[in-house]
Formats: sequence, C-alpha cells, structure tokens
Amino acid sequence: MSLIEEQFTVSLSVNGTTRPVTVPARRLLSDAIRHDLELTGTHVGCEHGVCGACTVLLDGAPVRSCLMFAVQAEGHAITTVEGLADANGRLHPVQEAFRDCHGLQCGFCTPGFLTTIAAALEEYEPGADVSDEEAREIVGGNLCRCTGYQNIVKAVGRAQEIRTERAGRADGDAATSAGR
Amino acid sequence: MKPPPFGYAAPCTLEETLGLLAELGHDAKVLAGGQSLIPLLSMRLTAPHTLVDINRIPGLGGISITPKGSVVVGALVRHAELLADESAHSANPLLRRATSQVAHPAIRNRGTTCGSVAHADPSGEMTAILAITGGSVRVASAGGGQRDVSATDFFLGPLESSLRPDELAVSVRFGAPAARTGSAFLELARRRGDYAMCGAAVTVTLDEDGAVSDVRAAYLSVGPVPEVHDLSAAVTGQPYASADWVAAGALAASLVDPEGDLHASADYRRRLVAVLTERALAQAAADAVARTQEAASCL
Ligand SMILES: Cc1cc2nc3c(=O)[nH]c(=O)nc-3n(C[C@H](O)[C@H](O)[C@H](O)COP(=O)(O)OP(=O)(O)OC[C@H]3O[C@@H](n4cnc5c(N)ncnc54)[C@H](O)[C@@H]3O)c2cc1C
Ligand code: FES
Ligand code: FES
Repeated sequence: MSLIEEQFTVSLSVNGTTRPVTVPARRLLSDAIRHDLELTGTHVGCEHGVCGACTVLLDGAPVRSCLMFAVQAEGHAITTVEGLADANGRLHPVQEAFRDCHGLQCGFCTPGFLTTIAAALEEYEPGADVSDEEAREIVGGNLCRCTGYQNIVKAVGRAQEIRTERAGRADGDAATSAGR
Repeated sequence: MKPPPFGYAAPCTLEETLGLLAELGHDAKVLAGGQSLIPLLSMRLTAPHTLVDINRIPGLGGISITPKGSVVVGALVRHAELLADESAHSANPLLRRATSQVAHPAIRNRGTTCGSVAHADPSGEMTAILAITGGSVRVASAGGGQRDVSATDFFLGPLESSLRPDELAVSVRFGAPAARTGSAFLELARRRGDYAMCGAAVTVTLDEDGAVSDVRAAYLSVGPVPEVHDLSAAVTGQPYASADWVAAGALAASLVDPEGDLHASADYRRRLVAVLTERALAQAAADAVARTQEAASCL
C-alpha cells in the first residue's frame, strides 16, 4: 500500500443538496457527513452497526451510515436528521413528538431514533393505529443509555397522532380551498 | 474505530469483477452489503489490499422461483427484499420466518442474503436455512465458468466457506419443501434482532394418513457449521397430533455438541436445542397439515 491514499471525488446528495467531497475509499459515510459536509446532527456511537445513532435514510430507507463508505453513496439521496423538518422549519411529527413526550435526555441517540421512526411511520397511513408492540419493534435496533425507552415508545404513538392531525388539517384546507 | 487503508474498485460488469478477483487473488475481498465486512474492517480484524464492490453490477439482483419450487436469490438482493417477496414466501415460508429474525430493519436494508451465506457465520439464520432446505450456492470465476456447490460442501467452519478467492457467489438457491411438509423457525436472543443464543429451523413431513414420516432440524449458534440432523427415529409413524415431540427434542440434544461462550454456556445451549426443537416441531406439524389442505384445495 502506497503511503498516499488514493482520493475519490464523490457527489453526495444530502437533504436535497448535492455537494462534491474528495475522500479516501475508507471514509465512512458517517464521517463524510460529519467532517466533510459538517452536518454534525448525525451522531457516531459504536461504529460497528450496533447502536443506531448514525442511522440516516438512503433513498428513504434507514441504514447505518457507519456501515457504508462515502464512495458508495454516489447516486443515492441521503436524508439526515437536519433534513427531517420541512422547508419552513416546522418540525417533523417525530421531532415534535419527542419534545412532547420527553423522548430524549442527553440527545446522543436521538438523531438515529428520529430517522428510524420517521421512515417506519411512512409504512402507516395517517389515522392507522401503531401499537406499543409495533413501536417497540420499530425502535428495537437503536440503543439509548438515558431514557429507559418508555418515553421513546410513547413518542412513536404520539408522532403517529401528529401525522394524523396534520393530514386532517391538510384535508380540511383542501376542502376549504375547493369550496372557495 | 476506522477501517485501514485499502484499494477500491467498483466494476460495472460481472466479467470485469471476475477478472479482478482472478488477478488479485488473496489480496481482494468482495464488498456486498458491508454489514459484516465493514465492522470487521473497522475493528481491524481484516485488512484486505483491495475491496471489490459488487453493488454496481447489473443483473446480480432478483428473486426467482424455479419450476420445482426452489427460490433463487441473486447476490445483490438485500434481506429486506427477500423478506417482502410474496412469491418467495408462498414457495417456501421458512425464508420469511428466518429472514425476519436477521438483525434489524436498518441492517436488513443493506445486508444481502447471499453475503450472509458467503460469510458462513454459524450464528446466521440463512446458513441454517440453506442447509435444511438442501440448497446450494452458484459460484462464478473467470476461468471456471459457473458451478453449484451444495450447502454441505460450502460450509467448512465458522466464517469459512469453500469459496476460492477468485470466486464470486452470484446467487443462492434454497431448495423446495417436499410434499406434505411443514416448517418452523424459532430462536432465542437476548434482544430481538441480536444474534441468537440458539435457533432451530425444522421440517416435518407427514404421510398420507397424517402420521409423521420425516423430521429434520438445523441449528444456529450450536456447531461450527450448520448441520442437518435427522430426528425421524424419535417419532416416525406416530399421528402428528399426538407425536412425542419431547422425545425428538431429547434426541436432538443428544446429537449436538454446542460450545459455551460469553452469551450462553454449552449446557444451556443444549437445553435450548431440546426446548426449541420440541416447540418448533409441533408448529411445523400444524403447518404441514395446513399446507397439505391448501394443496388439496388447489386441485
Ligand atoms: C448490528 C448487526 C446485527 C446483525 N445481526 C445479524 C443476525 O441476527 N443474523 C444474521 O444472520 N446476520 C446478522 N448481521 C449480519 C448481516 O446479516 C449481514 O448482512 C450479513 O452477514 C453479510 O451480508 P453483507 O451483504 O452485508 O456482506 P458483506 O459484509 O459485504 O460481506 C461479508 C463477507 O462475505 C463475502 N461476500 C459477500 N457477498 C459475497 C459474494 N456475493 N460472493 C463472494 N463473497 C461474498 C465478503 O467478502 C465478506 O467476507 C448483523 C449485522 C449487524 C451490523
Ligand atoms: S455508530 Fe453506526 S450503529 Fe453505532
Ligand atoms: S437520550 Fe441519552 S442516549 Fe438516548
């Protein structure tokens, strides 16, 4: 192995913005996001796939960013915790639910929970019920050392309520504007 | 924990990939889903000269069912895709039962079924499933064309397969269940999604009168390779509803030779083999009855 590592220039599309980064092949996606793109919302705990803190969405599906290389992410759309709120800065239902339910303490694990839960709830129609059992299943791959999980499980149900409320409001708005 | 430096190639064709593997030999390592390899790199337990990333090769994806009912899973099929596939599920329900126990959704979105088999981890669900279904691995190499390696010949030891460094596993084939055969999969892990302390994949075949005619089981986290044990002797000829599954579990426990580790002692694992076998066999017998009725109603 030569002393100078070969560098690769990759276009990373994160939260709707595409930026080039120049990295060695061994640069983990998590490090590219944090150090090269300076999006430090994505946290790094174990770096071997177990804790879930680094979870980001790859084309909408949760993956561990510590178990991918940045060079593999070209051509994929990545969403990090910074990309969950909408363009007007309104919190994502899961973020609002974590605040409502006290679903975080130190916050280290939070970005991984938020991305994981946000993707999982996409499988549910607004209005559909998410049982506690299902909520536990959704967060079963993420570790939290502070909360004891109870409030996180509550937040999953609350997030689904908020989605339902927002969908109801959007329907109401659509009905009003249609009636105008 | 960061991976050591390595050379990186992401070829776009199978020919190019096989050429590279032939040229690099032991210096190369295939990168599929990376869910086992990247942790090993980060922990510096392996330091290949070059990673050959197969994720850009078209034609390595896809799940198909052969006319005889085997399920063929391409090298780039992620666990999540197999889990969701209805045709694979109706051909062999054991696949979904086991895949749902492989890690967590975020790992399943990236990790591949083929990679799990190639990794040859005796704690992995899919190695046991390949063994009990009498499956095989299709391997390709630059000089040698393609050949099928049976599960028995494929697994040599923990994390050790008969794949040569110049070979790529292009697909795995899970064998079709025989007629009047039901299956079940049970495992025990400290937390759901963790590697199991012990797991059992079992099949029960009934004869035309509903008596037990064949019973098989393969285990995870029990031996160095996924062995298939024939438990028929304990229950053959008994009516399925009153078969002595406890005796079959005891027979299984006498056939295995588990090792103890941090997660479970050898004795505890042997006990789990007995209990999980007993429970799984009862489920598999009920499944055999249901499948037989379903098949009859289809005629
Ligand atoms: C937190 C965590 C929990 C997990 N829990 C489980 C679990 O409960 N059960 C379980 O079974 N697995 C578990 N896994 C592992 C996971 O299933 C992996 O996806 C799988 O073991 C390897 O598949 P991969 O595609 O990621 O392979 P990679 O990591 O890319 O490769 C693994 C090995 O196989 C070789 N390889 C891969 N594909 C090929 C191919 N086509 N041809 C030749 N060689 C190939 C590679 O060179 C490497 O040596 C877990 C992983 C993590 C991180
Ligand atoms: S840092 Fe990626 S899973 Fe822990
Ligand atoms: S809030 Fe501290 S680790 Fe989860």
